[in-house]
Amino acid sequence: MDLNLKVWRQKNATEKGALKDYAIKEVSPDSSFLEMLDLLNDQLIESGEDPVAFDHDCREGICGSCSLYVNGEAHGPSRAITTCQLHMRSFKDGDTIYIEPFRAKAFPVIKDLVVDRSSFDRIQQAGGFISVNTSGNTQDANALPIPKADADKAFDAATCIGCGACVATCKNASAMLFVSAKVSQFSLLPQGKVEAKSRALNMVHQMDLEGFGNCTNTGACEVECPKGISLENIARLNREFLGATITEG
Amino acid sequence: MSSQGLIKSSIGRKLWMALTGLFLVLFLVVHLAGNLQLIYGTQEGFNEYSQFMTTFPLIKITSYLLYASILLHAVDGFMLARSNRAARPVRYAMNKPGENSSWASRSMALLGTITLVFLIIHMKSFWYVMHFGNIPMDANGMKDLYSITIAAFENPLYSLLYVICMIALGFHLSHGIQSAFQTLGLNHPGYTPGIKKFGSIFAWLMSGLFALIPIWIYLT
Repeated sequence: MDLNLKVWRQKNATEKGALKDYAIKEVSPDSSFLEMLDLLNDQLIESGEDPVAFDHDCREGICGSCSLYVNGEAHGPSRAITTCQLHMRSFKDGDTIYIEPFRAKAFPVIKDLVVDRSSFDRIQQAGGFISVNTSGNTQDANALPIPKADADKAFDAATCIGCGACVATCKNASAMLFVSAKVSQFSLLPQGKVEAKSRALNMVHQMDLEGFGNCTNTGACEVECPKGISLENIARLNREFLGATITEG
Repeated sequence: MSSQGLIKSSIGRKLWMALTGLFLVLFLVVHLAGNLQLIYGTQEGFNEYSQFMTTFPLIKITSYLLYASILLHAVDGFMLARSNRAARPVRYAMNKPGENSSWASRSMALLGTITLVFLIIHMKSFWYVMHFGNIPMDANGMKDLYSITIAAFENPLYSLLYVICMIALGFHLSHGIQSAFQTLGLNHPGYTPGIKKFGSIFAWLMSGLFALIPIWIYLT
């Protein structure tokens, strides 16, 4: 299949970028979206142009590296997948495809389609962990009885790969779905309850400092999330945060 | 510290939006119940009711809470919307928000602004006249707000403005009610679908009945 690409090109974090047109021919419908970009880069290198920079690592939907806004949607038009799992058969011969980086003040562009998502790392460092004594006498996690429903919900929240699609797709560039998943995966389990209050307070505080927007409950994040993280988590974060604010301060 | 969290944090600021919003929704029910007297009630009855609502101490105290809620909801909403815009300085060249969210949920600031402008016009027409204006008396010696209201709605342009603003209010509430529950942390797979349905039906029932009043007066 032959395609017209409109790709965001930006030299570095400080220079202004722009969409650039590229024509690409004979793309296999069975290739992945990132393989199509590999093909484009081969063309660019052959013609002496700078290849398009884009994030990728595992290419099997679990690392959260790939981050493209394809044709107006995070990770492209399909649901519950990352860009690396998007296949060219989702498009038609002759299609024009817009490829843009995830846009948010808290995700500044480093180059072309690569954005700096270290704001997520800083939110995690503010409280996305449990403190465990690893002196050698660590209690077996399975020794603590946990209701199946809680374990399932915690696991669902823990499937968040931190890709940032929620931020990219939210009209407010809010990081609430990400933060709520990271808070929920611990707050539902006894191991996470010890630090539950400080975790909610510190992670939300860091989220606000990073310049993400405020959640207006549009639900767009839940639809575009490659892992199907539910809005229930955002309500849980609201409960955790408000409860902690009132009792702890 | 706790006051900081409830005032300065994003979730704290949204809490105030939810609480004031739900209070304003409750007010709408009371307001509608009173206003429906314009359809089924009498001139004397409506004027007596208006007099009671502006003089009874408990209602007066509640009305100050209402004014404060309107101001807080508007100012907080404006500040949140401004920081939301700032959170994405470079916008997408191609964006398809309709694929993942409803128009109303994405247009709360616009719909809220329309509602606020409406509220200013509305309060100038009736609230200001009732409280501070020179208003004729009815046969029982009470301020004749009934005649003022009927006269206002006999103007087709004024009635049309009301109907348009009520449509905006309907959209605003259709997302706002369920959104307030979510912000308060009230989300449960068993109840949330019901809350969403209730919010939507309530929103359109309220705005529909409010819009019916000027249409009814204009037509009869």
